[in-house]
Amino acid sequence: MAKLNMVQAINLALKQEMARDKDVILLGEDVGVDGGVFRVTEGLQEEYGADRVIDTPLAESAIIGSSIGMALAGLKPVCEMQFSGFSYLMMHQFEGHATRMRSRTQGQYTIPMVIRMPYGGGVRALEHHSESREATYGHLPGSKVVIPSGPRNARALMLAAIRDPDPVVFMEPKHSYRAFREEVPEEEEMLPIGQAQVVQEGTDLTLVSWGAMMRPTLKAAAEVQKKRKVSIEIIDMLTISPLDGNTVVQSVTKTGRCMVVQEAPRSFGASSEIVARINDKALMYLEAPVKRLTGYDVVTPYFGREKHYLPSAARVARGINETLDF
Amino acid sequence: MFPIDPGPQHPKNTARFHDKTIQIKDCIMPREQIASFTVSHLQILDEKGRVDKELEPKLDKQQLLAMYRWMRLAREFDQRMLKLQRQGRLGTFAPNTGQEAISVPIALAMQDNDWFVGAFRELGGRLVRGEPMVKVLQYYNGFEEGNIQPEKDKRLLPTSVIISSQCPHAVGLAYASKYRGEDTAAVCLFGDGGSSEGDFFEAMNFAKVWNVPVVFVCQNNQWAISVPLKKQTASQTLAQKGIAAGIESLQVDGNDPLAMHVAITEALDRARKGDGPTFIEAVTYRLMMHTTADDPKKYRQEAEEKAAWAKEPMLRFKKYLEDKKLWDDQREEALLAEIKVEVEKAVQEFETPVEFAADTPFDHVYGTKHDEIEEQRQDFLANVKLEADHG
Repeated sequence: MAKLNMVQAINLALKQEMARDKDVILLGEDVGVDGGVFRVTEGLQEEYGADRVIDTPLAESAIIGSSIGMALAGLKPVCEMQFSGFSYLMMHQFEGHATRMRSRTQGQYTIPMVIRMPYGGGVRALEHHSESREATYGHLPGSKVVIPSGPRNARALMLAAIRDPDPVVFMEPKHSYRAFREEVPEEEEMLPIGQAQVVQEGTDLTLVSWGAMMRPTLKAAAEVQKKRKVSIEIIDMLTISPLDGNTVVQSVTKTGRCMVVQEAPRSFGASSEIVARINDKALMYLEAPVKRLTGYDVVTPYFGREKHYLPSAARVARGINETLDF
Repeated sequence: MFPIDPGPQHPKNTARFHDKTIQIKDCIMPREQIASFTVSHLQILDEKGRVDKELEPKLDKQQLLAMYRWMRLAREFDQRMLKLQRQGRLGTFAPNTGQEAISVPIALAMQDNDWFVGAFRELGGRLVRGEPMVKVLQYYNGFEEGNIQPEKDKRLLPTSVIISSQCPHAVGLAYASKYRGEDTAAVCLFGDGGSSEGDFFEAMNFAKVWNVPVVFVCQNNQWAISVPLKKQTASQTLAQKGIAAGIESLQVDGNDPLAMHVAITEALDRARKGDGPTFIEAVTYRLMMHTTADDPKKYRQEAEEKAAWAKEPMLRFKKYLEDKKLWDDQREEALLAEIKVEVEKAVQEFETPVEFAADTPFDHVYGTKHDEIEEQRQDFLANVKLEADHG
């Protein structure tokens, strides 16, 4: 058991999977010699060679497109979009082929592959480096979208993603890359894709979030619980698609109150889908409207203004209080 | 092919420096030509049926007749599909007539374990690779079942509709082959319109950087729906687009099955020897509409089509076989009768009612089970029943 940050934890997962299965191939821009711009793939080319950890030319569409070919031939490509903001250049490969090949051929050809992409704000980066676009990928049938929130679940989900039979968009909250460390066991540990996790049980309010927003969410919940005698249930979604609505619904039928925290713009976001699931199955259990605490429907501002754009612990705490007091 | 041309105002022995013209011999760092390229055109059998004996490939009688038969089958089946579509018995499809001399010789030259990565105008090649005609009909009649090949080992990818998006797939397949030390290659086909797409350039670039066993074949049929080649590119040839990626590239008469056979055989040899990719521009003509939903009268002259019909591949191939005493009208008649039976059998099978399950798409969203999909399936089935009851 070692204390690792998320970068190291994902690196461990990749390293172990490459050792286990020589069909696992890494490719992307700067993933080899440089070890990735965030160092997630550091040391892997040295260990496994340049034909398994490939520094590709700079072309997102061909990275995904050639990975689709590799997957069709039975390899397990784990490719990297250097930032999620550059991933739209491969959208037609993903929507047009990766998510559809199984359905198109009724299972005769499948595309098991992982697309890693750092996402989200809070790192004072340039334009196109701060967005949270999980809903864009979650909206596509056949796509799986996984978002870890910490080192341990990042490692466990990466293992599951590599062994999954479908294309998995693995969105890495770069704000959490080096923010904190957790004990990560050396031995294999997997978390199922498509299943949310109740990280804290409670009875008065359900708090739902994922990715980088888990930190302000947990912080705010602790603050409120310190000030008021309330018990808050906290759910980490971990997978955005296919969405585990049942875990949320079960919790809400117990608590009757719910707030969803997302970094992404409000409209058409994953939080909207979660509210809709509650509406479908737990409406009569509600004692307050389900609150959404989100980014705004504006173009993600440059980092000079991002502080007020990103949901903060203060806003989460206020939202919790408002929902409790409704 | 492309020397640095200083233009009429700049004689080759002079250079402009700021506002004055200076003699190159006076320069200590004169501009020099550092690279030059050529594009060759390969033709062996011309439209009059004349053959270049020097270049003629050594194909035996059996190989030649098999090639002719596949091409004729593709032509007749294509024309039968057009009739079915016009009668409302088939959905929209992209006719292939006139392009048989490209995908048929290619597919015949491939190994079983090579990958055939096409777009949607490779009917003959698909039939050679083992796709049953009934599958083609099912696909164009709106059922995914048409994409399922009887043997997956045919390594025949389904139709790719997004233009040139299949090009990088072929590169990935070829990478896998190289990585595993297999002797397999991937052959990727697309059209002249596809040569404008980013994926085409990205794929060629990746292919040569990785030096993988892939062959790119552009079926330059002069028209991308209504856009003629001259509006598609200002390039003198499409072949030269491969040169920029460092790929061995050539132009071939795509209506000449012998030239196509030679070009693809050389390209596959190069791939298998580990010498990397090849780009073949196969020049042909789209004799029919883009798809059956299109009317070429709106954008091109009938005189152009008429001229193109004189160059189509079947005429010259038939004459070539006749000159070799391998073919005559009697054999042609017998073959057409045989093909007719074969095609009608497929049409009959296609039109024999089969109940494809309505909810099959729910089986194949993911390789794992998910509650939401299953719930939606139940909802869907209930709606199917509701609509049936409603009449």
